[in-house]
Amino acid sequence: MLAFILRRLAQAVIVMLTVGIVAFFLFRYIGDPINAMVGQDTSMEEREQLREKLGLNDSAPVQFLRFIGNAVQGKFGLSYRTSEPVGRLILERVPATLELAFCAALFILVVGVPMGVYTGLYPRHWSSRLLQTVSLIGVSLPPFLIGILLILVFAVTLHWLPSFGRGQTVDLGWWTTNFLTWKGLQALILPSITLGLFQLTLIMRLVRSEMLEVMRTDYIKFARARGLTNRAVNFGHALKNTLVPVITVAGLQLGTLIAFAIVTETVFAWPGVGQLFIQSVQFADIPVMAAYLLLIGLLFVVINLAVDLLYFAVDPRLRNQVGSAREAH
Amino acid sequence: MATPSNNPPLLEVKNLRVEFPTRRGTLLAVDDVSFDIAPGEVLGVVGESGAGKSLTGNAIIGLLEPPGRIAAGEIRLEGRRIDNLPYEEMRKVRGARIGAIFQDPLTSLNPLYSVGRQLVETIQTHLPLSAADARRRALDLLKEVGIPGAETRIDHYPHQFSGGMRQRVVIALALCAGPRLIVADEPTTALDVSIQAQIIALLKGLCREHATAVMLVTHDMGVIAETADRVAVMYAGRIAEIGPVRDVVKQARHPYTKGLMGSIPSLGVRHDRLTQIDGTMPRLTEIPPGCAFNPRCTERGSRCLSERPELMSAGTSRAACWLHDRGGVGAPIVRETADA
Repeated sequence: MLAFILRRLAQAVIVMLTVGIVAFFLFRYIGDPINAMVGQDTSMEEREQLREKLGLNDSAPVQFLRFIGNAVQGKFGLSYRTSEPVGRLILERVPATLELAFCAALFILVVGVPMGVYTGLYPRHWSSRLLQTVSLIGVSLPPFLIGILLILVFAVTLHWLPSFGRGQTVDLGWWTTNFLTWKGLQALILPSITLGLFQLTLIMRLVRSEMLEVMRTDYIKFARARGLTNRAVNFGHALKNTLVPVITVAGLQLGTLIAFAIVTETVFAWPGVGQLFIQSVQFADIPVMAAYLLLIGLLFVVINLAVDLLYFAVDPRLRNQVGSAREAH
Repeated sequence: MATPSNNPPLLEVKNLRVEFPTRRGTLLAVDDVSFDIAPGEVLGVVGESGAGKSLTGNAIIGLLEPPGRIAAGEIRLEGRRIDNLPYEEMRKVRGARIGAIFQDPLTSLNPLYSVGRQLVETIQTHLPLSAADARRRALDLLKEVGIPGAETRIDHYPHQFSGGMRQRVVIALALCAGPRLIVADEPTTALDVSIQAQIIALLKGLCREHATAVMLVTHDMGVIAETADRVAVMYAGRIAEIGPVRDVVKQARHPYTKGLMGSIPSLGVRHDRLTQIDGTMPRLTEIPPGCAFNPRCTERGSRCLSERPELMSAGTSRAACWLHDRGGVGAPIVRETADA
C-alpha cells in the first residue's frame, strides 16, 4: 500500500516535470518576452541589459531549473498584462472556479447517478427510454448554447436568476465564497447546470451500462435468492460494484470541470481562473498561461492519486494483494 | 424413501409450465411438470443441459429470468401457493423458507463485502436479531459448514477463500435463516472432483440435522445415487421418470433413463464398453410429436411417434413411456426409414 503510494508519487513528479517542460517552452519560444515587457522606444542596449538581468541569456537547462525552482515556490513572475504577481492573480480567482466546479460536480452526482441507477434497473420502462433520449440532447448541445438558452429562459424572460457574475460574495480573508449569501447561491445555479449538463449525461450513461452489467451477475441473483430487500440488492450490492469505473470517470470529470470551465465562465462572466486564462491568451500573457498549465497539470495528478486511493477503499481485492491472498484451505 | 401418504408434502409442483416468449413464437422450456417433495426429503433432478431442470428450480424460488415466465400450473410450499405471490411477499419466502445454492461459488458471493457481512445481512433480513446476535449466529454457521478458523475468517473477503471454502460459505448463506427447502442448482459442478464429495456430504449432513428438504439439480447421476431419496429424470422439459433412487438406478423404466445409467462406469463390474445414447436432445423449437425421446429411442413403436405418454406407474416408479401402458408402443418401426 505504502509502496504503491510512493510509486504513484514518483510518477506524479515525472508528469509534473513534463508539464513543466511544456510550460517552460511556452515561455521561452512563444514570442520574445522582452518585447512584451518594454515599449517600442527602448534601445537595443537596454533590452540586452534587461535580457541579462532576467537570465534569458543562460543556457536552456539552467533556465529550466530556475523556472522549476521558482514554480515550486509558487513564483511565476509578473503578469505582462497587469504587472501583478501571477501567483496572487491566480489564487484570487481560484475560489470562484473551485466553487463553481464543486457545485457542478454535486449536481452531476446527485442527479446523474440516481438517474443512471434508475435507467439501469428499469431499462424497458418508458421513463428510462425518455431519460435516455433526453440525455442525448445533453450530450449533443454545446455548453455555450446551453448557457445562453438558460440565460434566455431564467434570467431574461423569467427574471428568476442572475445572468452574470458571482453575485454577492463573502471574503474570508484567504477565500471568497458564494455559499454564505442567498444572492451568491442564486448566481451559482445557472453556471453550475451549464458546466455540469454534459458530464451529467455521461455519468448517467456510464452508471446505467455498469448497472445493466452488474445486475446480470450471479452474486446479484444470489443476493435475491437470499431474500434481501430490493434496496439492499440495488444499492448495497449492485451500485457499489459499479463504483470503481464510476469513480475513475468522475475523478477525470472533476478535473475536466475545473480545466474547461473556461467556456462557462466566459458565457456567465464568472470571474474565475478560466476567464483569466482567456484574457491572458488574448494578451499573450505567457506567465499566466504557463502557471495555469502547471496548475491544471497538478490538479489532474492530485485527482488521479485520490482516485487510486479510493479504489482501495472500495475494492478489498486490491488491498493486501501481496499478503494473504488465497490462504490455504 | 417414498412420500408417506399421511404427511402433507412440503413442496407441491403441479402441471408447471415455463415459457419463453421469443420473436419467433413461444418456447415451452418446462412442460407440464408435477412432483412433490416431502419434509426432509432429498429429491434429485437429473437431465442433460437444456432439459429444464434449472428452470424448474428457478421457478420454485421465483427467480425466473425475464422474459421467462410461469405460464400455467401451481407451486405450493407447506400448502401455501407461492408461484403467484407479489414480489415483496415472495422475497420474504426466499432465504427464509426456501434457500438456494447456485452452481458457481466463485461468482455467487459479492466480492466487495466480507463473508460475515453477507451472512449478517441475510440473517437480519429474515430474523429479528441484533447485530451482535446475528454475528454470533453467522460465526456458528461458518463453524458448522466446516470453515477452519471461523473467528478470523468471518471478516475475510470472498477472494481470500478457495472454491470449496466459498461453496461452504454459500451453503451457510442458504441455511442461515433456517429454510425448510433448499434448491441446490449444480452445487458441485464447478468444483474439483476431490472437493465435490466433501461438499455433497456436508450438504447432506446439514440438511439431515436441520430436517431441511433438498431439491438437488445436477447432471451427475453419481451425486444423485449417493445423496437423493428420490430422483426425477427430465428430458426436453418434461419428467421422463420419477421414483425412489435405488429403483431408478437399478431398474430404470424409461429407455432414456436406461441409457443414462448405461453411460455411467461402475467399479467392480467389467464393462466391455459404455453404452451411449445416439443423437442429441432436440432443441425446444424442434420437439417431435409424440414422445420427445422417440428419435433416439431403441424401443419405440408407431404409437410413440403420434401419442405423447404421460407419467404412468411402472413398478415402484412412474415413467412417461408407452412400454408401461397396456396398449404398448404399437407397431415396431424399421430403423432405416426413420433415419432417412
